[in-house]
Amino acid sequence: MANYLIKRLLYTIPMLIGITLITFAIMHIVPGKPTDFMSDMNARVSADSKIKLARLYGLDKPWYEQYWNWLKRFGKLDFGNSFKDGRPSIKKIAERLPASLLLNILSLTFIFCAAVPIGIYSAVRRNSLFDKAMTVFVFAGFSVPAFWLALLLMILFGLKLGLLPISGLHSLDYSDMGFFSRVLDTSKHLILPVVISAFTGLAGLSRYARSSMLDVLKQDYIKTAYSLGLPENKIIFYYAAKNALLPIITILGLSLPALIGGGFIFETIFAYPGMGRLGYEAVMARDYPVVMAVGSIAALLTLLGNLIADLTYAWADPRIRYRNR
Amino acid sequence: MLKIYWQRIRHNKLAAAGLVIITVLTLAALLSSFVAPYDPVGQNISARLQGPGAAHYLGTDDLGRDVFSRMLYGSRISLSIGIIAVGIAVLIGTAIGIISGYFGGKIDSLLMRLVDIVLCFPTFFLILLVIAFLEPSIYNVMIVIGLTSWPGLARLVRAQVLTIRTREFVQAAELIGTSRLKIFFIHLLPNTISPIIVSATLGVGDAILTESGLSFLGLGVQPPMPSWGQMLTLGKDYIHMAWWLSLFPGLAILATVLGFNLLGEGLRDALDPRIND
Repeated sequence: MANYLIKRLLYTIPMLIGITLITFAIMHIVPGKPTDFMSDMNARVSADSKIKLARLYGLDKPWYEQYWNWLKRFGKLDFGNSFKDGRPSIKKIAERLPASLLLNILSLTFIFCAAVPIGIYSAVRRNSLFDKAMTVFVFAGFSVPAFWLALLLMILFGLKLGLLPISGLHSLDYSDMGFFSRVLDTSKHLILPVVISAFTGLAGLSRYARSSMLDVLKQDYIKTAYSLGLPENKIIFYYAAKNALLPIITILGLSLPALIGGGFIFETIFAYPGMGRLGYEAVMARDYPVVMAVGSIAALLTLLGNLIADLTYAWADPRIRYRNR
Repeated sequence: MLKIYWQRIRHNKLAAAGLVIITVLTLAALLSSFVAPYDPVGQNISARLQGPGAAHYLGTDDLGRDVFSRMLYGSRISLSIGIIAVGIAVLIGTAIGIISGYFGGKIDSLLMRLVDIVLCFPTFFLILLVIAFLEPSIYNVMIVIGLTSWPGLARLVRAQVLTIRTREFVQAAELIGTSRLKIFFIHLLPNTISPIIVSATLGVGDAILTESGLSFLGLGVQPPMPSWGQMLTLGKDYIHMAWWLSLFPGLAILATVLGFNLLGEGLRDALDPRIND
């Protein structure tokens, strides 16, 4: 395990370098320099002060020197100050990250709890009505434009039935509430976003569980178990599901960027105070430091998620540990 | 062999349903100029926001344009975005996958690390970034979706090439001095075609969905060109008084993407020898 751990950790180093290189390259490829924002808006800025501004931001240096500076700042998670309000980008993200994580963890939990039983049962009863109905159901979730579904449900539950709040994470009088009303209030705000994001993200995991289970059910040891006359429940849940579900740990890690990425539209329509909406607003306002910070943090989180997934997988499945010695 | 695949698809009712949806859509796109009862961009203010009826099957929008005609023309836009974006992704993904799998070693690890790195970024974030900084237009939407959706395919193709590379017919071709390009096109490409077909089918649906998301943010196809995503976005402002404006384009996107996904899954089952043994 120690060998694998070291190997896996070493592998993240080129990944980190790649991520910093890409974010750096994007910043330089997009038209318009960060200083344009300050100088173009202001008619009194002379060519001379433009050069001074460029020097201030280190834009006159060769690219490798600029990259080195970017790397040093990246290490300190210093992505510069927002053009909009002058506050450090990383602070703005730190405020938004908990809300995004809350939403993503809840919907991942939902997805996991629904996808695994759907996948297992669909595989065991392959081509049954249940299997077909679930195939259509999970693909419908995958195929529906999330913002459209959100809109329809907001109108139904928020306006027509008046059951659920339709935007934000808290009500206006949140600060006056006691602990339990706060929990209740937050949960009410979370229901629609979590349910929709879980429904739209169900397909990947449940299809994976299904095909993984189908593979395992064909193995000799399962056939042996059947021929020994073991009860079907025991075969399915004890012998088959255990082996079929191991790879799902890795898929959970891989689904992270999709969830964070889905947040861009999602959080915007629900006026949800998360990182996705921050990223969208920053892109629209060409607020470079915040844009790069959101991109970098999202990539870092994904890298971390994959690392945790791989290590958990190796811990759970000895074959991985030994093969990589 | 093709006959067997065709039979498998036909016997898979869900895949057949997907194929029917896509066929109808393709016909709608090809024949829209003959079938559409109205000019898709022709405005008629006196007939604005009319509900579905005999004169306008699916109603009219805020400028009195016929929703049915606009949706017919919109199918052209959605399909072409899907097909061209996927075409770009398939070109890049296949090339990188074949090169990576065939040469192995340093080239392979370099390319696969690149894939890992690109996959670390939320795709939608990359797309949003590029579209926001370039002019939003139908061409940029196609190109950007294509340029950001190849990594998964590259992985699949590489895995396939890895298993074929060591087979006798490839080694025999190498021994008699067949050129690399010939090996790529004659021996490797045909044997990787099934994962390519499957992910291309799934990719078209994905691209159409992404376009609708971009349109919702105002970064997709620009008016007056009608795309489903953009019609949906327009409709959301009138959702209380004209539900048909957002309902029909939404259903169209849902049905189309679902169709591509069901067909893609069916193809995966039909082309995968492991599942059918």
